[in-house]
Amino acid sequence: MSTITATGAPAAPPEEKNYLNVSTTFKSWIFTHDHKRIGVMYLVAIAIFFAVGSVMAGLIRAELTSPTGNFLESETYNKVFTAHGIIMIFFVLLAAVPGILGNFVLPLMIGARDVAFPRLNLLSFYFFIGGGTMAIIAVLAGGVDTGWTFYVPYASLYSNSQVGLAVTGAFLAGFSSIFTAVNFIVTVHKMRAPGMTWFRLPLFVWAAYATSLIVVLGTPVVAITLLMMLAERTLHIGFFSPELGGDPVLFQHLFWFYSHPAVYIMILPSFGVQSELLAAFSRKRIFGYHFVAFSSLAIAVLGFLVWGHHMFVSSQSMYQGVVFSLITFLIAVPTAVKIFNWTATIYKGTVRLQAPMIYAISFMGLFIIGGLTGLYLSTMSTDIHLTNTYFVVAHFHYVMVGGALTGVLGGLHYWWPKMFGRMYPDRLAQITAIIIFLGFNVTFFPQFIVGWLGMPRRYHYYYLEPEFQAYNIMSTMGASILGIGLLITIGYLIWSLKWGLKATANPWGAHGLEWTIPSPPGPHNFPTTPIVTDDVYDYEALDAAGLSGGVVTAAQGVH
Amino acid sequence: MAVSPAHADEHLAHGESPLHEQYEDIDQQNESYIVGMWTFLVTEVMFFGALFVTYALYRSKYQQDFYVSHLETSTFWGGLNTVVLLCSSFTMAIAVRASMLKNRTTVIAGLVPTLAGAVTFLCVKYIEYTEKFTHHHYPGPGFIPPSGASRGGSQIFFSMYFGMTGLHGIHILIGIIAIGILIWLWYKKRPIVTEDYVPTEMVGLYWHFVDLVWVFLFPLYYLIPK
Repeated sequence: MSTITATGAPAAPPEEKNYLNVSTTFKSWIFTHDHKRIGVMYLVAIAIFFAVGSVMAGLIRAELTSPTGNFLESETYNKVFTAHGIIMIFFVLLAAVPGILGNFVLPLMIGARDVAFPRLNLLSFYFFIGGGTMAIIAVLAGGVDTGWTFYVPYASLYSNSQVGLAVTGAFLAGFSSIFTAVNFIVTVHKMRAPGMTWFRLPLFVWAAYATSLIVVLGTPVVAITLLMMLAERTLHIGFFSPELGGDPVLFQHLFWFYSHPAVYIMILPSFGVQSELLAAFSRKRIFGYHFVAFSSLAIAVLGFLVWGHHMFVSSQSMYQGVVFSLITFLIAVPTAVKIFNWTATIYKGTVRLQAPMIYAISFMGLFIIGGLTGLYLSTMSTDIHLTNTYFVVAHFHYVMVGGALTGVLGGLHYWWPKMFGRMYPDRLAQITAIIIFLGFNVTFFPQFIVGWLGMPRRYHYYYLEPEFQAYNIMSTMGASILGIGLLITIGYLIWSLKWGLKATANPWGAHGLEWTIPSPPGPHNFPTTPIVTDDVYDYEALDAAGLSGGVVTAAQGVH
Repeated sequence: MAVSPAHADEHLAHGESPLHEQYEDIDQQNESYIVGMWTFLVTEVMFFGALFVTYALYRSKYQQDFYVSHLETSTFWGGLNTVVLLCSSFTMAIAVRASMLKNRTTVIAGLVPTLAGAVTFLCVKYIEYTEKFTHHHYPGPGFIPPSGASRGGSQIFFSMYFGMTGLHGIHILIGIIAIGILIWLWYKKRPIVTEDYVPTEMVGLYWHFVDLVWVFLFPLYYLIPK
């Protein structure tokens, strides 16, 4: 990358301290203001929450292998799927890409020394941890049986479970994401290095920016809604329950006003990761850069106008439903713009099928299935048949796991050498990526079929329709494969921290400011503020300058 | 505003510089703070916005109950509080302007009445809440609706009343703390405020926002037409 520095080339001493070993005390970590360390702490925390959520998913799948239910009582089953939903949504998906990758690479990508408000960043992390801890305590202290949506009046007046703790946890997680979003917005506006114009920003930054806008506009609404629900539950100040004069459908409107855009909070950052991966491993400029950038903003705007499609079978008016249905179709346009541009990026590119690229391609396949099945659900007539069936479950898992989580894994594999200065075994990672892809499909594809046949979600027995068992057993087998794949991933990533080959500054030969500094970066990121003189994803110039070195593999790392 | 980088570096040497290490110069830092503050205010608008939407829906549903219930609120106390807050916004504006001119005496002379206004507001709110409680107008099992209003509708009115003015009251309380700290920093001549007007400006923006919310709350709860 042809950046020039203000004071000429810095002569970097060979054993310069990096952000990991500059200080090693426990205190230096928990009070750190360094965005990179906060990113690493998010990684550890989210991995733990993800493990808890996965255990819950395992319980659900194990229970469903028998038509009469295996070992959980109905009430326990309700608590298990609620815990799975709350933990995976509020404490894994909403924070994963912004918290881990956004914190780590966003300031590096724009050539900044840190985010605009480092202390707020740390506070955001502790809100996240506090919220997550409360959710886990809620699970341990008896669980929550409302489903992750906390619908009133059940959640506010009738549920005799730990709703208060879980809602407070979700509330704190919401504020954590607001703080991060404010930080990213200001960082992107004001902290860009000289020469880093808006249209030289990597698309990951555009996606993170669009996501932050959604968070800033949407999260406060759900925060106040949950607060009103809590007031109703604890103080009996009625807002939503019909017993107290309120309107429960209003709660659903306010809840989905945030929670539908929240879907884009989860997926948009992964779209950003996707753009980085496809450009780097096709060695091409992203096709239609401006379209991809603005489609993120279009999704952010349109995402706020479609919440009613979660409520087709609530008491909302049919005409309202028609409008929401039409706008929901519209959102397929910017999404398709991204998919087509990514496909065009691969076309005639010099594709290298390294682990991050396999995740990127698997993202495309899974997200297309998830997105297209969304059209069945946005069509009112088919949705009324499919509402609350496993078809819906399969659809949003294809989008949330096949899309968002695959993006997290792809991004993690891409930036892992930068984060920790070590290479993981690439061949093993490629095989694992394929295992995860297969396991995922075996888990969730049967759920489309069984949902289409009419199996309702949130039931733990189906003894009236024993023919559903084959699909459920297949799904559970797939979940086991998926679980094994994830365990192997965790295994080799941890292994690489000690025994992996040392990574060079730019192991993928990728374009971007974050690849111009050592792996792992020094505590202050850039020795001097970089000045950006070339275009984004300018792989032709990179190749012409011989900076890519052809196919760079793990073998070229040094011990 | 126009602080040269050299000027900022000079303060770095003193240890207690208003410039943080992640910024190139004081201008970049100031602009970041202002953008951050406005972004925060957007979240606040959305936070209160959901309540205003809820209010609008319930008012259209329970038009008559809202009218009858609002007769229980006191236009005198509400009007007094409106005047108090508008005056405090004015004195805050004086303080912010003076902080740009680095006129410490005027800043403190502006901030102290602002703080007094905030405290007065909460005292009046206390009087008003006490009145509601003695008439059993707080939602819950002990709720007694005003005569002529249905239980459901008037209970929602008072839920919204306590919810929105209560949340606004919490914001006033946070404002009191922020203004108090600001006065202390100016009094102690700390460079973080004396060398850089932005912290004062940020508290000012927050305070104007809180006042603005009240400007909408007052007519919605005290001045409902028949």
